[in-house]
Amino acid sequence: MPEQLAFTIEVFLNGLMAGVLYALVALGFVLIYKASGIFNYAQGVMALFAALTLAGIIDGQVPFSHLINAILGTDIHHFGWHVPAFLAILLTMVVMIGLAYAVQRLVFRHLVGQEPIILFMATIGLAYFLEGVGDLMWGSDIKSMDVGLPQGLNTWIDDTTFNAFGYGFFIDNLDIVASIIAALLVIGLVMFAQYTKQGRAMRAVADDHQAALSVGVSLNFIWILVWSLAGFVALVAGIMWGTKSGVQFSLSLIALKALPVLMLGGFTSIPGAIVGGLIIGVGEKLFEFLIGAPFLGGATENWFAYMLALIFLVFRPQGLFGEKIIERV
Amino acid sequence: MTDGYVTADGRQIGPVVMEMKNITLRFGGVEAIKDISFDIRQGEIRAIIGPNGAGKSSMLNVISGFYVPQEGEVWYKGAPRPSMKPYEVAQQGIARTFQNIALFEGMSVLDNVMTGRLTNMKTGMFWQSIWKGKAEREETANREVAEKIIDFLEIQAIRKTPVSRLSYGLKKRVELARALAAEPSILLLDEPMAGMNVEEKEDMSRFILDVNDEFGTTIALIEHDMGVVMDLSDRVVVMDYGKKIGDGTPSEVRNNQDVIDAYLGVAHD
Repeated sequence: MPEQLAFTIEVFLNGLMAGVLYALVALGFVLIYKASGIFNYAQGVMALFAALTLAGIIDGQVPFSHLINAILGTDIHHFGWHVPAFLAILLTMVVMIGLAYAVQRLVFRHLVGQEPIILFMATIGLAYFLEGVGDLMWGSDIKSMDVGLPQGLNTWIDDTTFNAFGYGFFIDNLDIVASIIAALLVIGLVMFAQYTKQGRAMRAVADDHQAALSVGVSLNFIWILVWSLAGFVALVAGIMWGTKSGVQFSLSLIALKALPVLMLGGFTSIPGAIVGGLIIGVGEKLFEFLIGAPFLGGATENWFAYMLALIFLVFRPQGLFGEKIIERV
Repeated sequence: MTDGYVTADGRQIGPVVMEMKNITLRFGGVEAIKDISFDIRQGEIRAIIGPNGAGKSSMLNVISGFYVPQEGEVWYKGAPRPSMKPYEVAQQGIARTFQNIALFEGMSVLDNVMTGRLTNMKTGMFWQSIWKGKAEREETANREVAEKIIDFLEIQAIRKTPVSRLSYGLKKRVELARALAAEPSILLLDEPMAGMNVEEKEDMSRFILDVNDEFGTTIALIEHDMGVVMDLSDRVVVMDYGKKIGDGTPSEVRNNQDVIDAYLGVAHD
């Protein structure tokens, strides 16, 4: 096999893996948008917040320690224990459900029936607020995240491809695990939405609020449920990104990459979020490798996704899987 | 004390299930409903009629909890109903349809009807997520009820069709199926025949009668097509400009001078 082709395949595979992470963040957006029509700008920050909380809990950090020390004049930073990863993930999930409840109770319950732009502005506010709270709770230094996921070169793939093509593919174990977990997560979510009572109620609310009320569905409960699910997805995304590149505040910026993913996949489609994420992931890596680096001086990954989204906006504004926008007059 | 009565066609009507006591509903300065009282009895078909803007839909929205009246009480099953949200009213066994059809357009007919069973499904999120044992048995049992109603309303052929593809008349029927799926103690129908052609109206009338006959469902319906109402209902409340101007059997109402004036207009001299 010619080396160029082998390289291309490797880049393609790595693009798929990167796409999985984009898809995970986009998935959180879709969940909330479908059920409540809110475009949640804070989804990326939620992933950051979840990752910070998880890292903090594992590390036995005292939340708000700077604040406590400043007020009481003490000097405590750690409880002096380490929480096992599994328990810490459960605790973080409890925090995320609490967050979902608080967001619904304190913010969006009071904004029912408002214009979408107002709801969107509220989520921007929420994003900055959450970033601030995350900083205040756990400090702003970069943390490492280790929940026991395998990391590093997958030697089996390296050996096999080396024997087959004379060139070993570099595939990170973490990426493989991330892909598997993401796939399970999506299957789980789709099954939940399709076959359970709560899932049916969720779809009902996504479709028509008035009708949902008339069959006895509490909108508040469903909204808290979807924010919790989005929190769960954010936690998974936060773990993946955090393990890969450390828990740092730039993590919240991945939310921006989810935007072109959504434009491609459609804002209302769970499969769309996945396919969109994969296309963006593969597209930007391949474009960089085949065109960007040799001809355009590189660094195309920063803008390629947005350009692709722009093209989609012109030719297919509802995205690949989105519902067709029909205004009846 | 009379508890119930026998209708002209020989059906036994039971005691009062719901009673509206001096309901007044205002929107700002406008009184949509002015001091109206009436009752709905077990097993009867009760109609609320009146010209456009008489406050019929407002009345239905008060019963189903979408509007909260400023004055008066709604008595349900012998006790005053505390102020509650529409979904809580639905959980109490009051199902409704909408004048402008409110279905879940993206879902199949079967799924729509199954949402009608939501209030009858009690297993929690944990069991539902595992989807074994209790949750599975419950799903099967509820699915049977849904299928029975689908058969009854003759919409088997479109069970799996997304609702958005159906005709207006069929959508109305699916909405009725969804409301019926809850096995409600009171079924509220908001203009079930609005916008239908004669044939569809006849079908719908037949289904309403059949539902009442087969399941013994208490039905309260709003309609402004006088002819249809007179044929269907056991007792009729007539509203005009938010006030009650008549209440009784169709023949009593038909001969009520106020009602005739409201519908045909009256000469002012």
